[in-house]
Amino acid sequence: MELLRDKAKSLLTGGAVQVVIGYAAGSATDRFRPHFARSADDADRLIFGEGCRQNLAVYLLKPEVRAMGKAAVVGGPTTLRTLLQYAVENQIADGLVVALALEDGRVEELTSFAAVEEYLAQRPHGLSDGDRAELEQHAARSQKDRWAYWSAELARCIRCYACRAACPLCYCEQCITENNQPQWVPVASDAFGNLEWNVVRAMHLAGRCVNCGSCAAACPENIRIDLLNQVLAQEAMTQFGAEAGYSVRKEYALSVFKPDDKETFIR
Amino acid sequence: MTTFATAPSASQRRNLYTPHKMRIVKATDEAPAVRTFQLQFVDAEVAARFSFQAGQFGEYSVYGEGESTFCIASSPTRKGYIECTFRQAGRVTSALADRQEGDIIGFRGPYGNTFPVEHWEGKKILFIAGGIALPPVRCVIWNVLDLRDRYQDVSIIYGARTVADLVYKHELADWDQRSDVNLWVTVDPGGQTPEWTGKVGFVPAIVEEVKPRPADTIAVLCGPPIMIKLTLPVLAKLGFAPEQIYTTLENRMKCGVGKCGRCNVGKLFVCKDGPVFTLAQLNELPPEY
Amino acid sequence: MSESSILQRASLGAWLEAMGRAGQRVLAPVREADRVVFATPSAPDQIATGFVQTPASAKAVVFPPYDEMLRFRANGEDVHVEEPSIAAEPTVLFGVRPCDAASFATLRAVFTWDSPDAWFEARMASLTVISVSCTQCDEYCFCTSVGGGPGSTQGSDILLTPLDDRRWLAEVLTEKGQAAAALAPQLFAPANGEAANKEKVLAHVPVRFEAKEFAQWLPSLFDRTDVWKEQSLRCLGCGACAFVCPTCSCFDIQDERVRDQGTRLRCWDSCGFRLFTLHASGHNPRHVQSERWRQRVMHKFSYQPERLGVTGCVGCGRCSRACPVDMNLGEHVRMLSEMSV
Repeated sequence: MELLRDKAKSLLTGGAVQVVIGYAAGSATDRFRPHFARSADDADRLIFGEGCRQNLAVYLLKPEVRAMGKAAVVGGPTTLRTLLQYAVENQIADGLVVALALEDGRVEELTSFAAVEEYLAQRPHGLSDGDRAELEQHAARSQKDRWAYWSAELARCIRCYACRAACPLCYCEQCITENNQPQWVPVASDAFGNLEWNVVRAMHLAGRCVNCGSCAAACPENIRIDLLNQVLAQEAMTQFGAEAGYSVRKEYALSVFKPDDKETFIR
Repeated sequence: MTTFATAPSASQRRNLYTPHKMRIVKATDEAPAVRTFQLQFVDAEVAARFSFQAGQFGEYSVYGEGESTFCIASSPTRKGYIECTFRQAGRVTSALADRQEGDIIGFRGPYGNTFPVEHWEGKKILFIAGGIALPPVRCVIWNVLDLRDRYQDVSIIYGARTVADLVYKHELADWDQRSDVNLWVTVDPGGQTPEWTGKVGFVPAIVEEVKPRPADTIAVLCGPPIMIKLTLPVLAKLGFAPEQIYTTLENRMKCGVGKCGRCNVGKLFVCKDGPVFTLAQLNELPPEY
Repeated sequence: MSESSILQRASLGAWLEAMGRAGQRVLAPVREADRVVFATPSAPDQIATGFVQTPASAKAVVFPPYDEMLRFRANGEDVHVEEPSIAAEPTVLFGVRPCDAASFATLRAVFTWDSPDAWFEARMASLTVISVSCTQCDEYCFCTSVGGGPGSTQGSDILLTPLDDRRWLAEVLTEKGQAAAALAPQLFAPANGEAANKEKVLAHVPVRFEAKEFAQWLPSLFDRTDVWKEQSLRCLGCGACAFVCPTCSCFDIQDERVRDQGTRLRCWDSCGFRLFTLHASGHNPRHVQSERWRQRVMHKFSYQPERLGVTGCVGCGRCSRACPVDMNLGEHVRMLSEMSV
């Protein structure tokens, strides 16, 4: 922790950044909360641990945080991938955010997208064994079983939109659910409407999701929506070679057309 | 096990969310995207029992699209019908704008508090309104004019962005003709047409020009937030006290009966404790409207 | 009205069966996968124990997440409108905490003041609340700061307190409670002074602030934008807190239509959402999250108590447990209350 705190203090007191977005101790021993360090004293509260699940990049696009000035954000690989995906989607400019990559107690300061790209390229990337096993287990089920599973799980959704709020890639100023001309996604939390909402969100994230798991961590009903997003992320990878957040190359699988597209309907 | 059955007649009804059916008997295009409906209750029993007072509002339904909140823009002195005037702005108002004479819509109300016109008897009444905010004031203008001899001078200052945006154009012409009404109609600079013979200038500027005197006067003020913000200092400078100035708030509302929470401002509900407030009352409220 | 007796915990099965025979639906905390939810237990040992609080409240029993208020279909030029029957399934809510029992008074105040909601009244009339006192609490609980307590009888028809792992002290508090006990009177034995042992088993819930005092001068903090901004900086603006909360009752009204038929629904909503106060013109009286956070606190701790005479918060802590970013309401409110000194 000392390394992180010292790094944060030096960035703040040197004026390189005006805020370091990290984690501080939360309400209970196993709980952490996002923390906005703006002074050396604030920086003393920075900690990091297993339970730090909320992807802090989500705060980079908030007007209240943008208004503070240049920011540093603490996180692991998925937070770094978010920064690169933000770059692809023109949400943040190069050099305006400092990434503080944490790994085994070490802190690496990455001040440009290129630096983030390089950091990620030097490390193994792809799914963890646990994630891979889960996806394989899911894929091994029959379509009928998968439909039954997701219908039942999503029926429990209460449409609190915590998943959307926690997800750094859900940053639309007006979400599709907030449109009522027409009301694309019904408001009421009935089973069918819930299916619509969660599937629409998963589709909007396909090829963009960085697998940070903030959505599932946020869900008060403990629905495994991260799994749904991962299934589509795998599809995007398999079908288009698309993988979010490892490069700033502006090519989003679902919005790029090539004449040799394998889908014949589009020709 | 919930079962559904035909909504009982109004007198037996216990469901406070079921609208009354209204037929559109007259539809008038007031201005671009602004329409007035004259409505009559389909159920004669409801029509006979219905009454309201100036300032109250209703929830107007398009079945299948939703409800929208508008004041009742006609005066309670006119029996047998109510009127509403609305601008097409969102889902429900767009659906309403598509309705024609003869169509059926829904109505829940009357809700809210009222302009205390009885307490204003013997006084001078000054109406100041802007744009689409004339409808909430029109109900009380006609209420006062229909009981004209109970009030002293009646003055109306009304403005809109352009000539085309003026609502109730025929009534403005009628009020202009009346010797017992002082009327100033204005359009924003640049909003006039070559034929325009009325005033040109923002409403606050016209109020300053007219210099209404506060003695024995009630001011009823309604308009877009910017107009209100700039008119209030003019009235203050002229000596109007906050207790003399009335306005009607337009908050986002849904239930109309103080339950859904949407119009909660401070400890009040605009749908129950308003929408009519004096400036003195508004000054006590958190500025969340 | 309050009479105490002893109920053997082993008799619970017999009592639940008697309730079933009397036509009561029983809802109790039941473990489902990794969660505790309100459901009908198929056997008494299905009722979850050893937890502080359920993640979601039981308010859905009287105020469901979505509720059909009307149905309509086009009928030529006319519209045919139907209403749902105003009736409710007789229900026993078993095993809620005293904070949950107290929350119904708040919901009742909202849904019956001025113009009574007939469905709500029917559901409350058909509901019997049998609570269980708290012998443990956690860092999120603050019932004792808002007029409640781990053994409070407020809002319960019967309050059970586990004196040990074999016996409950049963306080029968209302006519409904008497009717529930009368379904199996042989299961209840005289208390013989055991009521005096109730206090000993209750959890100790530290008082963090005094809500009634706080309600008086909280409005004076309205203009402390700096405080509201700082407290809400990490808030993501989701509806998790409002939806798990037993006293939050704000709702939306939505029409859903397929061709010429449709329904009008009442759906849970939250003042924390940007859309809540947004006008069609684009004007939003609460256009930043700090203003919406302020509304949440003001409404629960000042406006609602003052207007309807009920607390807007029962200190159950669910909002704080559910919040993805650990917005701890009890902690925030204590901080605000300390600003008065």
